Amino acid sequence: MSAVIKRFPHRLDTRHGCVDMTHGSGGRAMAQLIEELFRKHLDNELLGQGNDQALFPVSAGRMVMSTDGHVISPLFFPGGDIGSLAVHGTINDVAMSGAKPLYLSAAFILEEGFPLADLDRIVISMATAASAAGVLVVTGDTKVVERGKGDGIFITTTGVGVVPEGIHISGDRARPGDAILVSGTMGDHGIAIMSSRENLQFEPRIKSDSAALHTLVAEMVNAVPDIHCLRDPTRGGLATTLNELAHQSGVGMRLNETDIPIDPAVTAACELLGLDPLYVANEGKLICICTAEDADRLLAVMQAHPQGRHAARIGEVVEDAHGFVQMETSFGGHRVIDWLAGEQLPRIC
Amino acid sequence: MKYVEEFRARDLAKKLARGIAREADTGRQYNIMEFCGGHTHAIFRYGVQDLMPANINFVHGPGCPVCVLPIGRIDNAIDLVERHDVILCTYGDMLRVPASGRKSLLKAKAGGADVRMVYSTLDALKIARDNPGREVVFFAIGFETTTPPTAVALRQVRTEGLRNFSVFCNHVLTPPAIRSILDTPDTRDSGSVHIDGFLGPSHVSSIIGSQPYEALATQYRKPVIIAGFEPLDVMQSTLMLIRQLNEGRHEVENEYTRVVTREGNRKAQQLVAEVFELRPTFEWRGLGLMPHSALQIREAYAEFNAERRFEVPTIQASDVKGCECPTILRGVKRPTDCKLFGTVCTPESPMGSCMVSSEGACAAYWSYGRMRMPNPVGANAESVA
Repeated sequence: MSAVIKRFPHRLDTRHGCVDMTHGSGGRAMAQLIEELFRKHLDNELLGQGNDQALFPVSAGRMVMSTDGHVISPLFFPGGDIGSLAVHGTINDVAMSGAKPLYLSAAFILEEGFPLADLDRIVISMATAASAAGVLVVTGDTKVVERGKGDGIFITTTGVGVVPEGIHISGDRARPGDAILVSGTMGDHGIAIMSSRENLQFEPRIKSDSAALHTLVAEMVNAVPDIHCLRDPTRGGLATTLNELAHQSGVGMRLNETDIPIDPAVTAACELLGLDPLYVANEGKLICICTAEDADRLLAVMQAHPQGRHAARIGEVVEDAHGFVQMETSFGGHRVIDWLAGEQLPRIC
Repeated sequence: MKYVEEFRARDLAKKLARGIAREADTGRQYNIMEFCGGHTHAIFRYGVQDLMPANINFVHGPGCPVCVLPIGRIDNAIDLVERHDVILCTYGDMLRVPASGRKSLLKAKAGGADVRMVYSTLDALKIARDNPGREVVFFAIGFETTTPPTAVALRQVRTEGLRNFSVFCNHVLTPPAIRSILDTPDTRDSGSVHIDGFLGPSHVSSIIGSQPYEALATQYRKPVIIAGFEPLDVMQSTLMLIRQLNEGRHEVENEYTRVVTREGNRKAQQLVAEVFELRPTFEWRGLGLMPHSALQIREAYAEFNAERRFEVPTIQASDVKGCECPTILRGVKRPTDCKLFGTVCTPESPMGSCMVSSEGACAAYWSYGRMRMPNPVGANAESVA
């Protein structure tokens, strides 16, 4: 009589189970978590090598690499969760060089007591986002910290990608006369997060714009290889990202408030909270700076892509020794669009 | 966005600008104090100045609740949370205001103090209900606009018997502040500051009405226009003020009729009167000690008064050396007259309260209007680490 000896006598309880310290100890419990949760959902040939590193051939040309730590509260929000965000965020950072993203790594810091059901849901969401983007999660790491020493789950993802020949996108390439484009409405993600926090429910619900932008970027660089700058306006929003670019390139900028696309629901929420939508985070939008001659063609390409339907030309790069980003307000006056100072906090009255 | 965009319409702004240019007497200067930080904010955020003739001079008033709170009271709040180990609930604007010794509530929070940002008094009540074993103190600040919600909270805790909740009351009143500005040597008679008239508070007046300003307008012969916070409100009110000045009138007029009545919100007034009474005196930053300029919690609600429950000493703290917040709050100096402005004092590392709140004059100058300065501090000079 022969008996099949199972590697793990009991299946991982992803319904009622919780993360405990053994899941990060390097022993059998950790092996089971990797096997029955991470590999189950994220499986691919490179991850399946089962080594401490993923081995893959390097293609000719230039590679880019980017890393991003993801901490967010709440973990699940309208339009996404920390899992999809961790995939989209890093893909976008890689894609903003014009690169095609190929591989991701994912490191998880889990807090003791974190429900396995939530972890399962998050990893499924990562797998779905990665597979939709055509990007593989090829290596990972898991650590567990004691209860009270983490905020449920932190995910750090690193991505690598390959930049096509002839593409030289960099934050220092904005030149006076260049056009400034955005791929869609500003502030959706930040307001979705804020509204899903306690006591701030808006109707209709505002969804996060969390999305991978590399296919949009691929079409953009295909149409206009000479794109000067690309950047996704995440934390600090449009205003802060434009200031970064102005600083890096040593130029000023002039925007037209009426041309900046903002969802009326986001405008209303910001109005209520005393926030400025230009400083609110985005997770599925990009800013593009290109020559004025290329602007219309690029805008048409963007508007034809699902991620760029509401793309708009919002201003131009100007010469300015002081490096100011200025805006003609919809009212007809002018003001500076400054760096975000500290955190945006709601006003009192 | 309905009912908001209409008050930011470009075409109407142009029309009003033409009207102001036509009616403003080119032979004189119009010095208009916009009382509230909300007005200052609107003027800078929408670039209202760009649409005004050069002889219209906006003098920024003290109507920023965060800015006028003296440092000693913030020291008190930090002391409450650090020494008495309470959960301190506060509106977001207060977190970054510098206290003595370069401390702030935000720094206290980083050091482990339990400071929580709330959006309303209801949030603070919920925190008290959820933490029955902890003392929860609501750091109540603001003018007459934020007073009724605090009154509601106090009534609610008494009804519920929520014994772990108390209020650290710092509510202040608007009319005494206007009177104080008109009474200071800076402004009186041949003082250094000339104020021809006021754009009066909007949200505050929705509670107290326009009537309380009438005695001030008559006594000091200064017109007051109750002005909304939208940029068209500010422009329309400016035009109304110019007309009064041209005609030699000094009345209280209400531009913000969609919200404000002469009598105000009677129900809110009654509620406030039931819970609060006048403080004999209260210190304002910039304006000093002013009699009957603030509220305290009535005896009937004394058990929920944090100043009774905990030891809250009177702290005389002085401003950072060189900080012109006090003179800026009185309209005597402009932010750009301050040596600290843009050098060591920026929104990233504020030395004075006027640089913290988005309603503060320094923050408005810095964040929105810096390019108008003769030698502007560049966008990328100081502010980037």
